[in-house]
Amino acid sequence: MNRSAFTRRMIVASLASAAAMPMTQSAFAQAGASAPVTIGFITTLSTPAGYIGEDIRAGFQLALTDGKLGGVPVNLAIEDDALKPANAKQAADRLIQSGVKLFTGVNFSNVLAAVVPGVLESGGYYVSLNPGPSSFAGERCHRNYFVASYQNDAFHEAAGLAANRLGYKRVALLAPNYQAGRDALEGFKRTFKGEITGEIYTKLDQTDFSVELARVRSLAPEAIYQFHPGGAGINFAKQYANAGLAKSIPMLIPAFSMDAHMVGATGDAADGIYASALWTPEATTPASKAFVEAFRKAYSRTPTMYAQQAYDTANLIGSALKAVNGDIAKQDEFRKALRAAQFTAVRGKFSFGPNQHPVQDYYLTKFEKLPSGEIVQTMVRKIAEDYGDAYAAQCKLN
Amino acid sequence: MILFVEQALNGLQYGSMLFLLASGLTLIFGIMGVINLTHGAFYMVGAYSAAFAVLSTGSFLVGIAAALIGAGLYAVLVEVAVVQWLYRRDHLYQVLATLGLILFTNEAVSLIFGRRPPLMDIPPFLQGSVPLLPGLDYPLMRIAFIVTGALVAIGLWALVNHTRVGMLIRAGADDREMVDALGVNIRRLYTLVFGLGGALCGLAGVMAAPLLAIEIGMGERVLITTFVVIVVGGVGSVRGALVGALLVGMVDSLGRAYIPQLLQLSLPASTADTLGAGLVSASIYVLMAIVLLVRPNGLLPARG
Repeated sequence: MNRSAFTRRMIVASLASAAAMPMTQSAFAQAGASAPVTIGFITTLSTPAGYIGEDIRAGFQLALTDGKLGGVPVNLAIEDDALKPANAKQAADRLIQSGVKLFTGVNFSNVLAAVVPGVLESGGYYVSLNPGPSSFAGERCHRNYFVASYQNDAFHEAAGLAANRLGYKRVALLAPNYQAGRDALEGFKRTFKGEITGEIYTKLDQTDFSVELARVRSLAPEAIYQFHPGGAGINFAKQYANAGLAKSIPMLIPAFSMDAHMVGATGDAADGIYASALWTPEATTPASKAFVEAFRKAYSRTPTMYAQQAYDTANLIGSALKAVNGDIAKQDEFRKALRAAQFTAVRGKFSFGPNQHPVQDYYLTKFEKLPSGEIVQTMVRKIAEDYGDAYAAQCKLN
Repeated sequence: MILFVEQALNGLQYGSMLFLLASGLTLIFGIMGVINLTHGAFYMVGAYSAAFAVLSTGSFLVGIAAALIGAGLYAVLVEVAVVQWLYRRDHLYQVLATLGLILFTNEAVSLIFGRRPPLMDIPPFLQGSVPLLPGLDYPLMRIAFIVTGALVAIGLWALVNHTRVGMLIRAGADDREMVDALGVNIRRLYTLVFGLGGALCGLAGVMAAPLLAIEIGMGERVLITTFVVIVVGGVGSVRGALVGALLVGMVDSLGRAYIPQLLQLSLPASTADTLGAGLVSASIYVLMAIVLLVRPNGLLPARG
């Protein structure tokens, strides 16, 4: 009996030391400037939304040269969350345990909400490359939390401004009945000056919109603004065109309701749709042209906005790693370098507002069919310059 | 008035689609007593098979054939490989095994066809809309969907009531052992019914593909509604599936069209929209609850 208790203690002790090993190792690794910095990269690689994670990973990796970001060797610890917040939280906890301090990669707001608190409590950094939920943009902003993409509402606010510029006076709104859908319509209403003829909420898993389209027809608005992510967005655009509505009532959307990938599945029904956007593959700046060319060369496909955002985020992180020479234990310097955002963004102008969310330009874009039959997202005009978000004022940093 | 007619047609079209899915499911459930969650996956397999046949040949008729054969053969494969071992098992085993098959099918389809959703256009002869009433143009594709549902209903009615196979199906549903003892190969009959159920899903898939987007997991979305249909209609009867499908289709469409507007008469617009959306989501479940209260076996159950 004594012997078995002894063995048990031995096992427990060896397990404990084994568990502690990676922590001490990586503590050494972070201290030495030449050792690689590990970046926890949790994203969605499986499920129907997996293509988004694939593009995010591809965009981020494209920014690496010889495994280095800003001249500092980095090591990406890539984890698939399968679009489940619980999976993402587990992966994050495991990485935090092994000493990882810097995180990015998550592409959905609900997953982000599960990952960020743990990362920040452990003294780590989170740099978002896609979602910017309002919950972390206002009072709950944090000095170690950065959003390099956009604040979620901003796309919808920009769409409201776009509707004003397009001269629409009467607009009908459609979105799925869940938090992001309601937020989207609130964002639009915040900046739109005309009359809302109807707010139609759809079911979250709805695929057939015949009933809603008949209602739109009877409301007879000058235009509609609709937010349906993923497969529902493809269905909506196809059915809208099939019902003959696309000819009489123009459609306005936020850019992520019709990314470069979804256009392929929507086909000609995408022709003529307006979208608010930060960037499109058709942008003519030198940085954008170089990025699109490099991405096409590396992966033989056109990058989505998700790839562009990931690429920009990687370069932002690179600029900060360079400033501290890879030693992210120098917290104040690292934070300061991130906030300075000294990098060339593919999308053009980029800086951080007081809540460490972007201040940037938004554009009105249009999906148009080229004579070749290909559908591209062209830039129409700038609709908002140096645009921040509605929550920055509530954030008390420093 | 025109809006009402249009919404009723929408309900009819949705009902047709639900009938194609529910008729096969109710046969399998009612006759074999198998809870088959993979049923929605047959619909996805049909849509993918059709899309790739249409993309490579350009012919919608080839697409229909590909959907029927693809989904039908896959259903037979599922029955032979997995489901036939589960007939005498508890429903829990059937749920677990067929749930696993959903995950397997989703992964297999994305490996074979890729993650990029294929695009299937409405065939040229079904494009556009036809004037039904002054001021009401209805898409031809949706009319074709309604007609398909009606033809399948007639065909199934003839099959079940006026053929030898139908007689065996009805007899097998009542007393499996007796039919077996009379020298009928009940095993082969079950495989046949399973294949038929799969082919009907394939038909729903090829008709839905040009209207809705084709994507991994599209079957799971309709599966629950399909189960609601057979619970409302009564388990095991094709007539019940028809009545249930039309009822659920109408309640869903008219609810989505009118509940928010009715609420707007008495409530402020934004509250009415949000509350209405919630009620609309619940409408078919409320229908199911009411039916179950009044007739616990569904409206037209196969037996009793």
